[in-house]
Amino acid sequence: MIRLPLVLFFSAVLFSAGVYGVLARRNAVLVLMSIELMLNAVNVNLIAFSQALHDLTGQAFALFVIAVAAAEVGIGLAIVILIYRNRETINIDEVNLLKW
Amino acid sequence: MSAQEYAFVVLALVGTVAAFRLVTARNVVHAALYLVVTLAMVGGVYLILAAEFVAWVQILIYVGAIVILFLFGLMLTKAPIGREALDNQQRGIALLVGLGVLAGLVFLIQNAFHWSDPKIQPIHVTTGALGESLFRQYVLPFEAVSFLLLAALIGAIVLSRKDERS
Amino acid sequence: MTSPGFAKYAWVVAALPIASAGLTLFFGKRTPGRGWIYGVLTVGAGFVLSLLVLWHFVQGGGVYASSVDWFRVGPLRFEIGQYVDGLTAVMLIVVTTVSLCVHVYSIGYMHGDQRFTWFYVVLSIFTFAMLTVVVSDNLFQLLVGWEIMGICSYLLIGHWWEEHVNSSAAIKAFITTKTGDVPFLFGIFVLVVATGTTNIHQIGELVGAGDLSRGVVSAAALLLFGGAIGKSAQFPLHVWLPDAMQGPTPVSALIHAATMVAAGVYLVGRLFEVFVHADPWVLQVVGIVGGITALGAALLGLVQDDIKRVLAYSTISQLAYMVSLMSAGPAGRNAAFFHLFTHAFFKALLFLGSGAVIHAVHSNNMSEMGGLRKPMPITFWTFVIGSAALAGIPPLAGFWSKDELLASASKGHEVVFVVLLLTALVTAFYTTRMVMLTFFGEYRGHGHPHEAPASMTGPLVALAAGTVGVGFLGASFAHAVFFKWVFFEEPEAIRFVPWVAALSTGAALLGVLVGVAVYGRARERDPMLAMGPFTTLLVRKYFMDDLYMKGIVLPVRDKVSAFVYWTNQNVLDGIVNGAARLARWFSRGVNGFDRTVVDGAVNGVAQTAGFTGGLLRYLQSGNVQRYAALLFAGVVVLAVIFTRV
Repeated sequence: MIRLPLVLFFSAVLFSAGVYGVLARRNAVLVLMSIELMLNAVNVNLIAFSQALHDLTGQAFALFVIAVAAAEVGIGLAIVILIYRNRETINIDEVNLLKW
Repeated sequence: MSAQEYAFVVLALVGTVAAFRLVTARNVVHAALYLVVTLAMVGGVYLILAAEFVAWVQILIYVGAIVILFLFGLMLTKAPIGREALDNQQRGIALLVGLGVLAGLVFLIQNAFHWSDPKIQPIHVTTGALGESLFRQYVLPFEAVSFLLLAALIGAIVLSRKDERS
Repeated sequence: MTSPGFAKYAWVVAALPIASAGLTLFFGKRTPGRGWIYGVLTVGAGFVLSLLVLWHFVQGGGVYASSVDWFRVGPLRFEIGQYVDGLTAVMLIVVTTVSLCVHVYSIGYMHGDQRFTWFYVVLSIFTFAMLTVVVSDNLFQLLVGWEIMGICSYLLIGHWWEEHVNSSAAIKAFITTKTGDVPFLFGIFVLVVATGTTNIHQIGELVGAGDLSRGVVSAAALLLFGGAIGKSAQFPLHVWLPDAMQGPTPVSALIHAATMVAAGVYLVGRLFEVFVHADPWVLQVVGIVGGITALGAALLGLVQDDIKRVLAYSTISQLAYMVSLMSAGPAGRNAAFFHLFTHAFFKALLFLGSGAVIHAVHSNNMSEMGGLRKPMPITFWTFVIGSAALAGIPPLAGFWSKDELLASASKGHEVVFVVLLLTALVTAFYTTRMVMLTFFGEYRGHGHPHEAPASMTGPLVALAAGTVGVGFLGASFAHAVFFKWVFFEEPEAIRFVPWVAALSTGAALLGVLVGVAVYGRARERDPMLAMGPFTTLLVRKYFMDDLYMKGIVLPVRDKVSAFVYWTNQNVLDGIVNGAARLARWFSRGVNGFDRTVVDGAVNGVAQTAGFTGGLLRYLQSGNVQRYAALLFAGVVVLAVIFTRV
């Protein structure tokens, strides 16, 4: 007997923390970690509703999200490593060639 | 408050704190470890919500593989070890936006549901049923995700290849 | 209708010279002999064909007409066609005979000329044009041939255009005949508009049926006569013919004696219906013009030193005979045509003979000739035959035709009769003068005269034979067959009026005797030039050339053209320059507008865009997290809005 809004609130908190992390962190890897946090928040939401509505769809999609997140982290880290190779830094502030 | 709820609240609190520490830690490795805690707590929440398969997949993949990836990434990019400011200049805006997102979400939740309703009655879902739905109703997204993983795999290899020609 | 026989091939005679013109033009210079062969062969073939056409009429054949439609303008049909009657056949003979003789004669006369081949080309074109005039069945085609003849005359008179005298003479001839062509053209307009057709035969029928008003017919007749005055060198447009003698002598023989100048007379005779049905005073005008010209030109022939000029004035006078005879009605018309026929032969003979003389002594002036009958016997005897014919000595051609003229005039046209009789006297006198000065007495020149080559004496003999023979065609004892071919409305039986014949013969003999008496012995000065004011009047050609020059040519050339020049420079150029200035001022204004307003607007837009961009670019921080922050903020706002709303 878990109150649904509580779970949703937990998910919201995790998500907001993730947003803050994406926007405020300097290190690219930390930004990726924050993105993972956001994805997990979404997963919690999906599972909660899946159990609340007794529908398998939520769990299935949670699995998909996990798979996609894994792929994304792989690629993301590959890019970060490339940037590090070219620029000796992974501070996102310093990757601003598109600046006016 | 039932027992499940108590368990959930405990796990949620630990997870929340870990998440906050993740985004404010001054040491990148600490941040990675806080991530581990958060992910584990989330896995625990899944267990409480009777989604065992997803819970164990979460632990396996997230805690088991992805965090290792992060640690490798930190190692290969010579992550600064030590206490340095890891936040950039737009901390203020980020805080604002984050709080705004939280406010918005909370508002939405409150708008849709009251704090007391509805109550989840978790049903035990067999892995078999889940697997069957994956291969029946959701076979197309399944295949799509397979392609995505393949592309990611190839992409990661191509991207991180050392360019011999230049 | 009886079979048309060879009459339907009359147009071939006219078309043949085009072939020779083209062949001579393109191949003449490479052909041995430099191209005379084409002209001689084609005109020779045309001559034979003309004989065949005449044979058709000799056998009593009828008129043949045919045409093809060329184009239409509204209800008016323009056609190319032929109208072949006895007159056409006779004219074909005249033109082809004289043209053939001239073609053969020019082989010798023009030998070595630098433009020999071109000469033959223009001769062929001219022959074609004259034949077109003769066979054409409609006024438009006639006009085309008429004008082409004018051009050929200009080209041939000015054949040696390097000398200014020759080119001036060519221009004078062209402009003077053109002055006559303007009323001619208007005459054609009047007739075509009044009758609705260009076909001569149809016009004749309509006029004869009385469908047109008298005034219109008279106006048309007078205007057409204007063309005849110009082309046939009648007073007051006779001034070009003596100057046209600057051209080569064969040209004078062909164009200015036998054919082109006869075209005016032919025109009047062809459209005789129009003249007959006009007001009577129109024909009186014709007669007066003819009479004045006949006597005036004959008198002018008395004081000429240049042998060709004598013959030129003689031609004018003889043509005037024909013209004034037209005024005597149908009988006069037929007589005039008979005289045209015979005159062509002996005048061409005289010109070609004079050409032989000129060729021998290298001078045109009779004061440098004399006693040529011994070195040039053939020329002498043929020239005498021609002169006798001109003077009207029986039994030669001139006698019969002049007799006809006078016979027709004697009935009811007494003034004309007297004038023509006087003219016959003067004609005989100046002809004898010419013969005496040239062939008798002592040689006054400096060269070594010799007989002309065979190519020149051959045509002379042929024409002399013709002169002797053709006269009899109109003689009464030969049944005057000529008038069975050439008639107006009906063949007329011919009359031989003895007292008229006696008078004309008497006048001729008198003139000859006076001439022999005056010029029989060598004199210091030509007596004709010693007659004081009378001589001056004649030498100055009645002051007509001065009148034209001072009265028309110089004022036009100097005053009028100066005025036109001033107008062009100041008024017209002023307008053009003013328009240009206006355009430039206007374009300056437009330029200013373009630069300040239009370019200003465009630049302003660009500057605004740049300025805005300059401001907006600060959004591009390059910082991904900054973008993400904005994105999330936007999402939150949108989410709230969409769910609240």
